[in-house]
Amino acid sequence: MKKSLFVGVMMAATLGVCGCGKKEQARTVQIDGSSTVYPITEAVAEAFQKANPGMRVVVGVSGTGGGFKKFAAGETDISNASRPIRPSEAEACAKAGVEYIELPVAYDGLAVLINPRNTWAQDITVEELKKLWEPEAQGKITRWNQIRADWPDREIHLYGAGVDSGTYDYFTQAIVGKEHSSRGDFTSSEDDNVLVQGIAGDELALGFFGLAYYEENQDKLKLLPVDDGDDTNGKGAISPSLETVMDGTYQPLSRPIFIYVRKDALDRPEVEAFVRFYLQKAPELVKEVGYIPLSARSYELARERVDKRITGSLFGGKGSQVGAKIEELLEKEVR
Amino acid sequence: MNRASPRRDVPPPTRLLKTPEGGARAPERVFEVICLLALMLPLLLLVVLIAQAFTDGRERLTWEFLTSYPSRFASQAGILPALVGSACLMMLTAVIAIPIGVGAALYLEEYARESRWTSFIEVNISNLAGVPSIIYGLLGLELFVRAMRMGRSLLAGAATLSLLLLPMVIMASREALRTVPQSTREACYALGADRWQTIRRVVLPMSLPGILTGIILSLARAIGETAPLITIGALTYVAFLPDSVYSPFTALPIQIFNWISRPQTDFHVNAAAGIVVLLAIMLVFNGAAIWLRSRFQRRFS
Repeated sequence: MKKSLFVGVMMAATLGVCGCGKKEQARTVQIDGSSTVYPITEAVAEAFQKANPGMRVVVGVSGTGGGFKKFAAGETDISNASRPIRPSEAEACAKAGVEYIELPVAYDGLAVLINPRNTWAQDITVEELKKLWEPEAQGKITRWNQIRADWPDREIHLYGAGVDSGTYDYFTQAIVGKEHSSRGDFTSSEDDNVLVQGIAGDELALGFFGLAYYEENQDKLKLLPVDDGDDTNGKGAISPSLETVMDGTYQPLSRPIFIYVRKDALDRPEVEAFVRFYLQKAPELVKEVGYIPLSARSYELARERVDKRITGSLFGGKGSQVGAKIEELLEKEVR
Repeated sequence: MNRASPRRDVPPPTRLLKTPEGGARAPERVFEVICLLALMLPLLLLVVLIAQAFTDGRERLTWEFLTSYPSRFASQAGILPALVGSACLMMLTAVIAIPIGVGAALYLEEYARESRWTSFIEVNISNLAGVPSIIYGLLGLELFVRAMRMGRSLLAGAATLSLLLLPMVIMASREALRTVPQSTREACYALGADRWQTIRRVVLPMSLPGILTGIILSLARAIGETAPLITIGALTYVAFLPDSVYSPFTALPIQIFNWISRPQTDFHVNAAAGIVVLLAIMLVFNGAAIWLRSRFQRRFS
């Protein structure tokens, strides 16, 4: 008897708190995907709901790949992505009849970092980074003087983003030349804060992660400017900053990040309103959460993509493309 | 320092065996100290952990933190949807898992005849308790979210967590049912009660403290689960409260995880405060388990 009473109380409490019966959630914009894009989308969602009471936006974080799976299954309206859609994902969307509009929303810079007590390294070239990170370097390139002869004969300790992250994918594509391919003997973590701690406490460290994590820990880390050997986009080694990422001189370690919008979802007023709000507020909100906005012209062109419902990927569904100039790509497409 | 000194503290064991009165206590003392250390070590670790989370998150442990929605400004962000989401999730999970779990345990203990079939089931239930929780998340995604069309809802989340808890609830309930002496059941039958009456009036009430403890402890474990919820599509940003069992939701561990991985240290403070809240809820759950057990035990002893 006590038992049934107990269950009864539980049920009543549940129904009391959660309410009962099924309600329509037609006014909800469903978003999922990359954890890198999440802070931007969260900021936009917060501002959007403040401006439009009654409209709901929900955002999940299941990674770029996980997000695209849900997107292709028609479970979400918008997918956050820290890299362009891959051929396999584009195929899955096509098979399910999901048409999408790709919208770049910001840049994310990847920073190469060392410990502040490191007095010898002042800059590094892409060539040197490749030599250090390519799969063949494993167990062989282990000392600083193997990278540049006038650096000391001391061990080098490597730190990098987790191999399941879009950050790792992009870094390997940009530096090694092949996505998802690098040496395996480095300290990796999905949580960039762990890498910050590691490099901050290790004089011989060298690592890479998102620029936003450097901005918050400038006193503990030293930024290493990167020279891509191409003088047409800035001479010599260039430090990542708001300006150098925006004007495209910090290459190749800056990447565009995206949202993908399902075309038929755009017909729902709340989704269309949200996407327009996103592109309108992005320049301001992107900066606020630690990322780098695209050029004003790029947002304008992205809006045009929404107006004309231009579907497909700027990258031909081929995945990451190094040194992509978003503005040029958008410009070409709209013409 | 002095190499000879340890000898003096611990006399050689051979001598102890010969003089049981005075010396026999010594190894017992040593054993007692070891046991005490075994107790103190995890306790100390827990205290350090809580103290650290508390000092880190103290400034955000305000009423406002508990009643605000998530925000891009760390100082304005709160855990209300996560808190309510976790609470709803726990209650729904209890409603689903308790009847099924206790029912299964009752069948296995009271009705099922000992056979190869039942021992096969038993082994499998024990195995299920060891399956990584993300596997249940994948099962929940396909079964509840997609096949049964529950969507990424509270109901799907609770059903998935119920799957995770069932083996634990069944095993705890069976242990509790086994503590009821066979003689008590037979005394019941002798008084003319049938099996249903025996279970309802005698066996269940007597084993209730054990069953409840098992249920509450497994619920306390479920409240900290993140992986299966993320797999079935629990959200991170929700700025409204669930209004039905089909509502999208978020949960405390997800919110904490999100804040910890942000670059801004202000969000790390929020995460610490969230951890303190989660620990407090666990403490309440476990406290309730102990209280219930002692209450029912007194009634039946």
